[in-house]
Amino acid sequence: MSDDRSESGNENENGNENGHDQARWTTNGQYEPLLSEKNQTRVEIGTDVDSPLPDDLTRDDLELPDLSEPELARHYTRLSQMIYGIDSGPYPLGSCTMKYNPKFTEDVAALPSAAVHPDRSPESVQGTLEVLARLQDYLGRIGGMDAVTLQPPAGAAGEFVGIRVAAAYHEHNGEGHRYEVIIPESAHGTNFATAALGGYDVVSLPSDDAGRVDLEALDAALSEDTAALMLTNPNTLGLFERDITEIAGMVHDVGGLLYYDGANLNALLGRARPGDMGFDVMHYNVHKTFATPHGGGGPGAGPVGVVEDLAPFLPAPRVRAVDGDGDATPAEYELFDPEHTIGRVHGYQGNWLVLVKAFAYIARLGDEGLTDASAKAVLNANYLASQVDYEVPYGPFHHEFVASAGEQDAADVAKRMLDYGVHPPTTKWPEIVSEALMTEPTEVESKSTLDTLAGAFNAVASEDDEILESAPERTAARRIDQTSAARNPRLSWHALSTTDGEGDGEREE
Amino acid sequence: MHGSHTTGSPYAPHTDDETAAMLEAVGVESVEDLFDIPEDVHFDGEFDIDARTERETRQLVGSVLERNDELTELLGRGHYGYYIPSLVDHLADRSEFLTSYTQYQPEVSQGFLQALFEYQSLLVELTGLGVANCSMYDAATALGEAATLADRTRKTSGHRVLVPDILRTGRRSTLENYVAGTDLEIEPYATAESTVDVPALESQLDEDVVMVYAENPTVRGAIEGRLAEIGERAADADALFVLGSDPVALSLLQKPSDVGADVVVGDASVLGLPTSYGMGLGLFATDERFLRQVPGRLVGASEDATERRAFTLTLQTREQHIRRERATSNICTNQAWVALRSAIHAATLGPSGLVELAARDVTRAETLADRVDALVGVKAPVDDRRHIREFVARIDQPARPIADDLEDRGFAVHVVGEHEIQLCVAGVDDETLEEFVDAFAEVVR
Repeated sequence: MSDDRSESGNENENGNENGHDQARWTTNGQYEPLLSEKNQTRVEIGTDVDSPLPDDLTRDDLELPDLSEPELARHYTRLSQMIYGIDSGPYPLGSCTMKYNPKFTEDVAALPSAAVHPDRSPESVQGTLEVLARLQDYLGRIGGMDAVTLQPPAGAAGEFVGIRVAAAYHEHNGEGHRYEVIIPESAHGTNFATAALGGYDVVSLPSDDAGRVDLEALDAALSEDTAALMLTNPNTLGLFERDITEIAGMVHDVGGLLYYDGANLNALLGRARPGDMGFDVMHYNVHKTFATPHGGGGPGAGPVGVVEDLAPFLPAPRVRAVDGDGDATPAEYELFDPEHTIGRVHGYQGNWLVLVKAFAYIARLGDEGLTDASAKAVLNANYLASQVDYEVPYGPFHHEFVASAGEQDAADVAKRMLDYGVHPPTTKWPEIVSEALMTEPTEVESKSTLDTLAGAFNAVASEDDEILESAPERTAARRIDQTSAARNPRLSWHALSTTDGEGDGEREE
Repeated sequence: MHGSHTTGSPYAPHTDDETAAMLEAVGVESVEDLFDIPEDVHFDGEFDIDARTERETRQLVGSVLERNDELTELLGRGHYGYYIPSLVDHLADRSEFLTSYTQYQPEVSQGFLQALFEYQSLLVELTGLGVANCSMYDAATALGEAATLADRTRKTSGHRVLVPDILRTGRRSTLENYVAGTDLEIEPYATAESTVDVPALESQLDEDVVMVYAENPTVRGAIEGRLAEIGERAADADALFVLGSDPVALSLLQKPSDVGADVVVGDASVLGLPTSYGMGLGLFATDERFLRQVPGRLVGASEDATERRAFTLTLQTREQHIRRERATSNICTNQAWVALRSAIHAATLGPSGLVELAARDVTRAETLADRVDALVGVKAPVDDRRHIREFVARIDQPARPIADDLEDRGFAVHVVGEHEIQLCVAGVDDETLEEFVDAFAEVVR
């Protein structure tokens, strides 16, 4: 690989003096081998390992990697070096709120006292219940909601709770016939998928010319069949839905509920609350707004807040305080089933280890910190946009903006940005902006990092298609062929040995 | 030391001078000018949450969590507290793993993709099925996803999903919610000795059934002996056979592909996570014929521009961000980091270590059953079956007060019936089990 790099190294050819060369481990011309390629053993059960069970209750054998601890330490360390994280550099993925994850929250989640079994008696896990109750209370205040459940293990699971709660509420009121959920075209894909999972027909709502909800279209879409309208505010263009009060009135007039997708809550902390805007139910993405780590795709947590009328429908069990009188006597906490509960959406109480980190984050920041987080997130998005050469067609935006790559292919722009040592924005979505570059720097970037990031955008903006199409070149792997991955799915090392052409000996059909 | 600001987010690095320079570049006087929020919905109140230093916050959380009693947990029923090797924490906590996002830019995410590919491969080996995704939330939601897969792929007009009558409430209720948007109905079938009552199941099985669910081991720790028959009966009725299990049990018990399982679900965080109040890792594996109906993310092998093998998320047209309301699931954020932990834990054990762990779970559970069975007024195990990890004991006295007495002596156990408690040995060392037997002998005396 080193020869490739010196030939086309963009430091020389393209004047790129910023960036980083990602670690790239190679062995015999291949990238880091799989565990199974390093060493694998087949053990026969009952022969190689004694079995206390008769043969008919056991499998015959098990073939898995067999490596020593030092070898494993090296394997996973090398893998980690071939990953870009928020601690590596800026990560302005729009809609994902990739903010710094404070290290101390890992320490509190790792406390031995946090490691409890979910079937413990409530009396013996008062600490866990207190954390949950206090987090529910924090989230209620932050969102302007009357009751909160922490059970949903992710944002989409929170959406599902919202949809199931809406269904139960309508059913309870003799309005179970409502079968439509209205969703703006620019919404997150999970909204559509969640409504469908709940058995609803999706009514897609176009945006108006300014990029917001088209009130006329909304009026036409609303009817006595409307169960709910799902809305993100600010929306995926970063725009505040200025007509939110009117929208809420229109939805409520036909008997529908208003759902708030909390993905963009980081824009509003301390300045606006979904509950005050007329939303009836919302989810919070604690892995976005409250800085719990994304962990390569999860775990997150998607607590749901509701107004008082919907509280009886929340998932069971919930946590509440009893007997407390403020500071003098610490409250006792208990679990209870809401009167008309929808039941469970998770085997237990969701992603506890994530929730405790979110609690710690909120307790650390307090009012001032949370309000400032939003202020700096919005400032950073606006400052970055002001420094970027790409056009930003819609505004005024808040914590994120959607630029257009214009004549360039946004996906290629993203690949090329990797060579400049930054993570690129979300691309090609929302579709309302052609060749979209959806950018959310969050509050954690300094002015100088934003300048570096803008430099990367602008350098790529001035490059030609040929350079873009051959990017990235400084990453662990070069451009990866998506088509062949999908056409010839190889999803395990077992599949590699049967379909790889190169010298693997046996082939099976 | 950084910064000339004293209030605000400790993780926003702006100095006052920088903020001023940025505002000037944007062309506004103050940050508030950037917010386009109408007056009538502007929040002017306070959350009334005090800011704290890092040290104060750690003290706060630590002191609250100290209210949790320190108990030895003989608890299982789907969530286990195995010893987690230090290597798992230290490697998984490397911040590149912890702080990266979903691998939408695979060129810069090869390490995580490879780890997830290896995790998928581990599950393929354990289940014998061709495809495993790189995680669902937990066992309950994975079961729900299996039912929606059965709904999408059914060959008949059937609408019944058969589940054991001893299924955990959390799993049953979650399943009910997942199928609420379909015409599927959940129907319990009888169990005998805590395992499938095959004749009873057969009497309920006809072409109106789209899915049969069984667990091995069952929630009461019993090992199923007639899985292949269940698989055959389900296939005869054109119903999907979904089997619930976990990576430790799968290391020793019958391979799901050998008993006709079409889908395997379960909780893979039995490896990789300590007890964590129910946080899990949804295992989902299925036969290759359902490849395009699989929920969640899949990592596949491909090649990069230098023709070297490289990994990427693949078959994304199944997923919500592409297919929206026609996606196979609404899942986006999953449990990737837990999958990494589970894979590292499995790797530290290796194949013999995994089989030995499961074998010890059989021997130790059955030994403990013998020990408590020797006590007057106790019968264990209640079920005339082989057991792994846990078993149910019948006690002549009411179970609840006995459990309370045990808790006073430092042991947590399940109460699963008026006169039944359930005991699990996973993660509890032999010496502590001896202490438990002594304490148990005292409280039932």
